[in-house]
Amino acid sequence: MFKVQSQIMSLMSNNDFYALMPLLVLAGASVLVMLLIVARLSHRIIQLVSLLLFVIAFASLLNIREMLPYQVGSLLMIDSFGAFMIGLIIFSGLAVNVFSYIYFQEKEEGPREYYVLLFLCTLGACVLAVSSHFVSAFLGLEILTVGLYALIAYLRTRNHSIEAGIKYLVLAAFSSAFLLFGMALVYLQTGTVSFAGMAHVITAASVPPLLLTGLGFMLVGLGFKLAVVPFHMWTADVYQGAPVPVTAFIATASKGGVVAALLRFFVAIDGFRSEQLQTVMIAIAIASMVAGNLLALRQTNIKRLLAYSSIAHLGYLLVAFIPGSNVVPQAVSFYLLTYFITTFAAFGVITILSRAESDAEELEHYSALFWKHPALACILSVAMFSLAGIPLTAGFTGKFYVLTTGIGQGLWLLALVLVLSSVVGLYYYLRVITIMFAGTRDLLPEPPARYPVFLGISLAVLSILTFALIWLGVYPDGVIGVVQGLRLK
Amino acid sequence: MMLVLLITVLMVGAVAAIVAGEWSRNLPRWIALTACIVGSLLVISIWADTSASSHPVTDGQWLMGFRKTWIPSFGITFHLAVDGLSLLLLALTFFLGILAVLCSWNEIRERTGFYYFNLLWILAGVAGVFMAMDLFLFYFFWEVMLIPMYFLIGIWGSENRVYAAYKFFIFTQASGLLMFLAILGLYFIHGRDTGVYTFGYFELVGTVIPFKTAFWLMSGFMIAFAVKLPVFPFHTWLPDAHGEAPTAGSLILAGLLLKTGAYGMLRFVVPMFPEVVTDVAVPAMVLGVAGIIYGAVMAYSQTDLKRLVAFTSVSHMGFVITGIFALNELALQGVVMQLVTHALSTGALFLLAGMIKERLHTRNIEQMGGLWGPMPQMGTIGLVFAMASLGLPGLGNFVAEFLILLGVFQAEPWITAVAATGLIFSAVYSLRIVGKIFLGPRKTMEAVSDFSVREMLIMAALTVSVIWLGLFPQPVIDTAKPAITELIRFMDVQSAVPDHESYVK
Repeated sequence: MFKVQSQIMSLMSNNDFYALMPLLVLAGASVLVMLLIVARLSHRIIQLVSLLLFVIAFASLLNIREMLPYQVGSLLMIDSFGAFMIGLIIFSGLAVNVFSYIYFQEKEEGPREYYVLLFLCTLGACVLAVSSHFVSAFLGLEILTVGLYALIAYLRTRNHSIEAGIKYLVLAAFSSAFLLFGMALVYLQTGTVSFAGMAHVITAASVPPLLLTGLGFMLVGLGFKLAVVPFHMWTADVYQGAPVPVTAFIATASKGGVVAALLRFFVAIDGFRSEQLQTVMIAIAIASMVAGNLLALRQTNIKRLLAYSSIAHLGYLLVAFIPGSNVVPQAVSFYLLTYFITTFAAFGVITILSRAESDAEELEHYSALFWKHPALACILSVAMFSLAGIPLTAGFTGKFYVLTTGIGQGLWLLALVLVLSSVVGLYYYLRVITIMFAGTRDLLPEPPARYPVFLGISLAVLSILTFALIWLGVYPDGVIGVVQGLRLK
Repeated sequence: MMLVLLITVLMVGAVAAIVAGEWSRNLPRWIALTACIVGSLLVISIWADTSASSHPVTDGQWLMGFRKTWIPSFGITFHLAVDGLSLLLLALTFFLGILAVLCSWNEIRERTGFYYFNLLWILAGVAGVFMAMDLFLFYFFWEVMLIPMYFLIGIWGSENRVYAAYKFFIFTQASGLLMFLAILGLYFIHGRDTGVYTFGYFELVGTVIPFKTAFWLMSGFMIAFAVKLPVFPFHTWLPDAHGEAPTAGSLILAGLLLKTGAYGMLRFVVPMFPEVVTDVAVPAMVLGVAGIIYGAVMAYSQTDLKRLVAFTSVSHMGFVITGIFALNELALQGVVMQLVTHALSTGALFLLAGMIKERLHTRNIEQMGGLWGPMPQMGTIGLVFAMASLGLPGLGNFVAEFLILLGVFQAEPWITAVAATGLIFSAVYSLRIVGKIFLGPRKTMEAVSDFSVREMLIMAALTVSVIWLGLFPQPVIDTAKPAITELIRFMDVQSAVPDHESYVK
């Protein structure tokens, strides 16, 4: 009897081990890279090793498909939605990793510790995506955020970098405090900190005021991380100041993790039924869509432009989030997928064009890019079209998914605002494209020929991303099928 | 399968052109020409097939179809089908496509690969719009034609091209998105009522919608088509886009893109929302008449030749919308005629403007004058098309406008009375075109050469077509007839009290 039980125990821990494999690989990778740094290996080797480790982490994810959904303790819930999000986040880490080599090699001599931080941040975002407990959620969020402080200010000799780092530090700490206080209030009301436990306690149709306050505080905290209006003030400065690959990471993985955690939490406690919360979220969504697109109009710096565009996109995402129907997880995952791919395609081009002296961030630098680097210009155009949501690109399919989710629940106001604000958005996306084919001056230097291998890898990844963008725009059915199979437990 | 081939031929040609553009400047134009010719041969063979095999009246409206699931999770199919109306417009598409390639033959010297890529891609989008029988697919093609047009205007246009390209894109995209919302609304209403979530045209067309909702949904569709057509207050993008676009761009804009708006109204708005359409018919006709007069007056006061021709388009498209909302067979036949003949006559005027600009490097008609002397051939052709534009009997436009006015007279006589004054205005501006450009004293002493063989060929094709349509319009009317009778039947079945009788039994 006892023996059988111990066998079961060991079996379970084995399963735990497998289920946690992606996270363990990421955690182990950060240690391994640290050791490699101690061994004084070159940037090149460290970069390639981390690339390999990311691939392994991604591959280990494929392994756990059979055992989903799987609960690890009460802290983590690895279900198919969570696994999908982990996949997205690891993929983001991988893409950032690929784009980082040339960028940092140009800028600085020893950017090795960068990779350690990148692994940690990826780990944090992954934990966040599968957490089913306040403790694990907060832990994941802090791993992510603390890593980002350093990553944002990584190019420490640059003014903007330091400014961005400090800004992020202050605001992230501030928002964490809000989040914690909110969690405390929720705990006070429910007496539990696990999502499942809360679901049992909160069964009444109406949400008690104290709980609502707690949820409100949490929303403020998470709103800062998601950079939705009115918690968006840091976004443009941080996007501008951070190194380009890190900006890409902030725009994607860090937001993706938070969105996943928020969705899991809301689904668990069925937060959608609260009228007040829904009203607040609708207000946030509308404000983000409108303000993001309007503020982006006059930007002349492409990083700032993308920052405001990301605010608007989070607003669009909320349109898929708010209805609270059972298609929400699908719509959110699909939209995040398209948004991630698009963002990486855009930032990838910016990274490749950036030089030691400055990032390729001024829009005017892109003039005549079409005639000088047709391939890069085409990729950036496709990315812009996708951000604008033009058919034939993934962005359109994503927006379509979001709109059907919203309209399916009768949220016509949100749908209308989405459509009208994306018309405004069209203007600045088109501006980027117009600049690329207008003029004959070229201000951007050639891509460095010094790193043929890494340039090759970067371009290969960019081509894959572009292909995926168009594939998802033209024939999204396969991926939609996958996404429709995703379940939140 | 033939229908898919029509689109693939253009798309493959487009990709081939951009690839070939890497090696040679001249190859892309040959590829583009071949693609367009192959496409038009396909259309002709479809036409021959169907007219030989079927009895036009007893048979159904649809001649050919192709259906394949595309995104089954949302009930989206790749469904193409053609009836007489589509077939006519497809023929027009490829005919103008050939002319567009020919007229850019020497005008475009830089980045030819990308240029012809865009040109063919627009044609593919337009062809798709005329065939799509799934609303999602329709919207897809609707948007596909926008981006390359944006590039065409934005890269190869004249001085103010960037502004014009923006304006064109944002106007059409904004209105298109509203249409997309309406499509989604229709999708959900149909899904709720029947449990079948689909974007298929044939399923959605029978959806029963409460009047108020139907009004909003129709407005969504209508605004997209009204911007594209353009209907009077939504026309402001048009003079800019036409004026700044390269010659082929103006030709395609006027000849094809505007037609997609009218096609959309005929294919979607009228059959899907018959009650609302009857309800808003009079205001819509008033807008149409306002467009006729406004366009003509504006055309008279332009000094830029291309803008002038653009405003004549606004005027002619006013006839189209008036005719559509007259909702009777005569008027609708006139509308179809007008679509074809306007494409030819206005296209020809844009081509002339382009040719004059190549020679004199200006579009300002104040700087032209007396060109008949050095270029008698061009002068003659110019006169022919100015006459076509003012609706001279014997040329295609006369038949079209006459039919429309007849049809509208049955619906609302007083509207006809006002619309008919448009003919006087059009005479005024058409004669002004000829007078200012070809007659009077010469303003410039530059040596200008008359038509080259290539230009001669283009203009001859257009002239022959416009005269043929003026003398023998019956084939066009016959081809479109099943589609139109079907449309009228829809109106009669759906509206409880038909407030007008169909003139033709």
